[in-house]
Amino acid sequence: MKGSVAAAAVGVAGSWTGCRPAPPSIQGTIVGPNRELGHRLRDGGLPAPERFEQVDVVVVGGGVAGLAAARTLSRAGGLKLVQVELESEVGGNSGWGQTATTAYPWGAHYVPLPGREAVEVVRLFEELGVITGHDVAGRPVYREEFLCHDPEERLFLHGRWQEGLIPHLGVSSAERAEIDRFLARMQSLREAEGSDGRPLFAIPVDRSSTDATCRALDLEPFSAWLDREGFRTRPLRWYVDYCCRDDFGLTAAGVSAFAGLHYFAARGGEAANADASAVVTWPAGNGWLVQRLREGITGELHRGCAVHSVAAHEGRVRVSAFDADSGSAVGWDAAQVVLAVPMFVAARLLGAPGAGRGTGAVYPPWLVANLTVDQIPDGRGMGPAWDNVLFEGRGLGYVVATHQQLRAVTGESVLTYYLPLDHLSPADARREAVAWTWDQARDLVLHDLARAHPDIAARTRRLDIKIWGHGMICPVPGFLWHGDRHRWSKPLGNIHFAHSDLSGISLFEEAYTRGVTAAHAILGRGTLSA
Amino acid sequence: MNDRATRLLLLASVFVIATCGLIYELIAGTLASYLLGDSVLQFSTVIGVYLFAMGVGSWLSGFVERGESRLFVQVQFLIGLIGGFSAAALFVLFTQVNAFRPVLYGLIFLIGTLVGLEIPLLLRILKDRLEFKDLVARVFTFDYIGALLASLLFPLVLVPHLGLVRSSFLFGMLNVAVGLLSARVLRLSGPWARATSVLGCGLFVLLFGGFLAADRFTSWSERNTYTDPIIHAVSSPYQRIVLTQGAGDLRLHLNGNLQFSSRDEYRYHESLVHPGLARLPMAKRVLVLGGGDGLAVREVLKHPGVEQVLLVDLDPAMTRLFTQLPLLTQLNLDALASDKVRVVNADAFTWLAEAKETFDFVVVDFPDPSNFSLGKLYSTAFYRRLRPVIAPGGAVVVQCTSPLVARRAFWCIDATLRDTGFQTRPYHVYVPSFGEWGFILASLESLPTDLSLPEGLRFLSASTLRGLFEFPPDMDRVDVDVNRLNNQALVRYFEEDWGKVR
Repeated sequence: MKGSVAAAAVGVAGSWTGCRPAPPSIQGTIVGPNRELGHRLRDGGLPAPERFEQVDVVVVGGGVAGLAAARTLSRAGGLKLVQVELESEVGGNSGWGQTATTAYPWGAHYVPLPGREAVEVVRLFEELGVITGHDVAGRPVYREEFLCHDPEERLFLHGRWQEGLIPHLGVSSAERAEIDRFLARMQSLREAEGSDGRPLFAIPVDRSSTDATCRALDLEPFSAWLDREGFRTRPLRWYVDYCCRDDFGLTAAGVSAFAGLHYFAARGGEAANADASAVVTWPAGNGWLVQRLREGITGELHRGCAVHSVAAHEGRVRVSAFDADSGSAVGWDAAQVVLAVPMFVAARLLGAPGAGRGTGAVYPPWLVANLTVDQIPDGRGMGPAWDNVLFEGRGLGYVVATHQQLRAVTGESVLTYYLPLDHLSPADARREAVAWTWDQARDLVLHDLARAHPDIAARTRRLDIKIWGHGMICPVPGFLWHGDRHRWSKPLGNIHFAHSDLSGISLFEEAYTRGVTAAHAILGRGTLSA
Repeated sequence: MNDRATRLLLLASVFVIATCGLIYELIAGTLASYLLGDSVLQFSTVIGVYLFAMGVGSWLSGFVERGESRLFVQVQFLIGLIGGFSAAALFVLFTQVNAFRPVLYGLIFLIGTLVGLEIPLLLRILKDRLEFKDLVARVFTFDYIGALLASLLFPLVLVPHLGLVRSSFLFGMLNVAVGLLSARVLRLSGPWARATSVLGCGLFVLLFGGFLAADRFTSWSERNTYTDPIIHAVSSPYQRIVLTQGAGDLRLHLNGNLQFSSRDEYRYHESLVHPGLARLPMAKRVLVLGGGDGLAVREVLKHPGVEQVLLVDLDPAMTRLFTQLPLLTQLNLDALASDKVRVVNADAFTWLAEAKETFDFVVVDFPDPSNFSLGKLYSTAFYRRLRPVIAPGGAVVVQCTSPLVARRAFWCIDATLRDTGFQTRPYHVYVPSFGEWGFILASLESLPTDLSLPEGLRFLSASTLRGLFEFPPDMDRVDVDVNRLNNQALVRYFEEDWGKVR
């Protein structure tokens, strides 16, 4: 009688080995940033230096903006230059790590092909050999190894991986039509110019058109714009929210319509050997760029060193700092200073003259995890890509550090998982996240990924976590064009400001351009020697 | 425990028993199809024998006078043990015994008989706790639902995720668990009760051990993916290397893909090497990338002018095998042991980045671009790195999959070489075990057209050579993209083209 159903299995084929034994225990820890030193800095009481060394320029901050400024000044030559970084390594949000197999990012991990407005970045890419030449049409030729290798992206949707991040599995024709309408709209915005001949949306953002109608978009949330324009279906709205969270740390409801549109319409330089949507990336993410910038700097670098005061003093600037390694106070008396730090830090370092700086700036916290896995997890449908995203996942998915490797063999790898903590207000989320134990954070990461990879825990050997309390600035409504950020960008006497915060958008291109601009302002002055 | 709960638990056990019973049947049927082929015949006979055996079991239950509860538990344990080990045992026995069919059907008969005993026993255990009409209704309801669950679980979950061997251990464990549970529910007493728990727990641990060790059975399972007997199998960190030997035919498989057949590999390797190298009478230094079997090197060494050959192959297990195993060194004429030959085990891409030497002739003999990692070895980035190692006036030959089956893939490699600044001369050859196969001879400067083939070739001659460079319309040049790291056009063409014939 049982035989009546047995024939159903005729012709079943498959393997007779399958899952692996119980997961081995996962190693890992919560790594930096240097919260202790950061908080000592915030709470005051660090000793004042007894003497101030005479130098030409002090660059405070070793993120991309600070490195760009220091490199530009170094290349000009002839300056006594000091750079000071709070953390034990330079790089800021473009930090990276290294295992025996591969480097991996702790934050920013790619740069889209720079467009015409990003002249400084294009020049940098030429200097670093990222751009190797130009074709007959004048389009840049990118070094192929640095272009993101195919396959670039996959999305886990309805239990399967599909190619690309725009949902198409199980998407109805009406939803598809709306997605197409949205993409066409973004394409037309990408090509649009304002009455001043500038693009409506450019990177760096301050090179966008000054048209008032366009800038008015900064006042409303992106979600309101989408609603008004009839972009309402779930697959599209998920995609848009995903993009906003990816670049800004909040969904479309949290960022301004200008910023949201900027994400879609400002990218896309051209290349002789890649599509406009291509990106350049490295195993270390933008850490590769940080290392190259660092190589071009000839000044002194102080790491693990907390600057606690930057003050004008007799026509020069006094920088007071505390070196955590030696436990001693250090000070410099500089002709010029570049403050390449977040605005809220700049406000604190400057004291009274910095009051009000950064008011209204919002920094959603982030969790970044690096998972060392014995093999890149596969799953049903499309195989592993560089960027692997889960539809309606809690996090943003993961990028594969070994994707850019040229070796034909795939084995151990590192997956970098990103999670903007936008489930609470930034302040509450930050309080919650810094209190997490490693176990809690690990489970959160594994739980999110297990939906696509049930075996992720068994595959993972090591899982390190970084909580970025103030991840990156988020362009909330009104911040880009209706606040004081332009005033904060202007030098204060001999003190220059360089940070992507001043752009309101945390991009490599913004930080780099601001660093170079600050350096140029200093070099333009000429009278530098004490 | 109250009566209601007992009843419920016993009915639940019907459900589990039914599921387990059908699973064993499906496992036996699938396994017989795998190992013996002809799945219709195997499934029909397995189902027939199994159902008949169940009838025998039911009939035998009539001889049981008392102690149904105890027997029920014992039968559970026995089914758990025999059913649990059935898949593993059949795999092992298949290779060990000459008369496999009697073993297979014997085992099926045994399991079927025991499963056939269960339901009548259970009906009798429950007869005082339920009215007859309810009893029959419920027992058979659970029985059939269990069967449905099993038939869905088996193809959708068990075979793809656990595999046959693990599934059989898993359901063996379930049977034993039901036995242990019923021993408690049925309140077996006396010294036997204690022994039952110990025995049950022991069996459970044994089956669990089998579940964990199931990986070992991979090697047994391979027997039926190859038509000929396996004479050597080794797993390296990079691949599974399997050698089979049939009547006068030695075959190498890497990860299940045929690499060569000793019957016709000379066609492939002569065509790979000589059309290029025979044009370079001054060639002294030759580089071979991939080709750890030493067969390309064997052909290279037929040119007396060649003084040094460098073989770069990823896998030390491959080059070791082809240096040591007599059967293989006979085939490659001990090429890898030649004084002229140096073997480096390295990743070709990484090795090229650091290479400082130059070579007059380069043989690129990589696996087909069937995945994105391998696709990188056919990209503009790879060929750009290859350029500096080619000596002035030198040439390179690339194995390029089938221009007939994967026409776009073949011409994509050609377009990629041209984009990187090479002049190309595509050609093709018929290798019976592969089909129509393609190669591209590429150089940075024009190559001489006259060539002198070495002595003793079995396939190539001046007249066969001429035909190789002619492409009939069905595999002639098509307009395709260049393969770059950032578009992997080749892998996409390759997948689509081969997908049509698979």
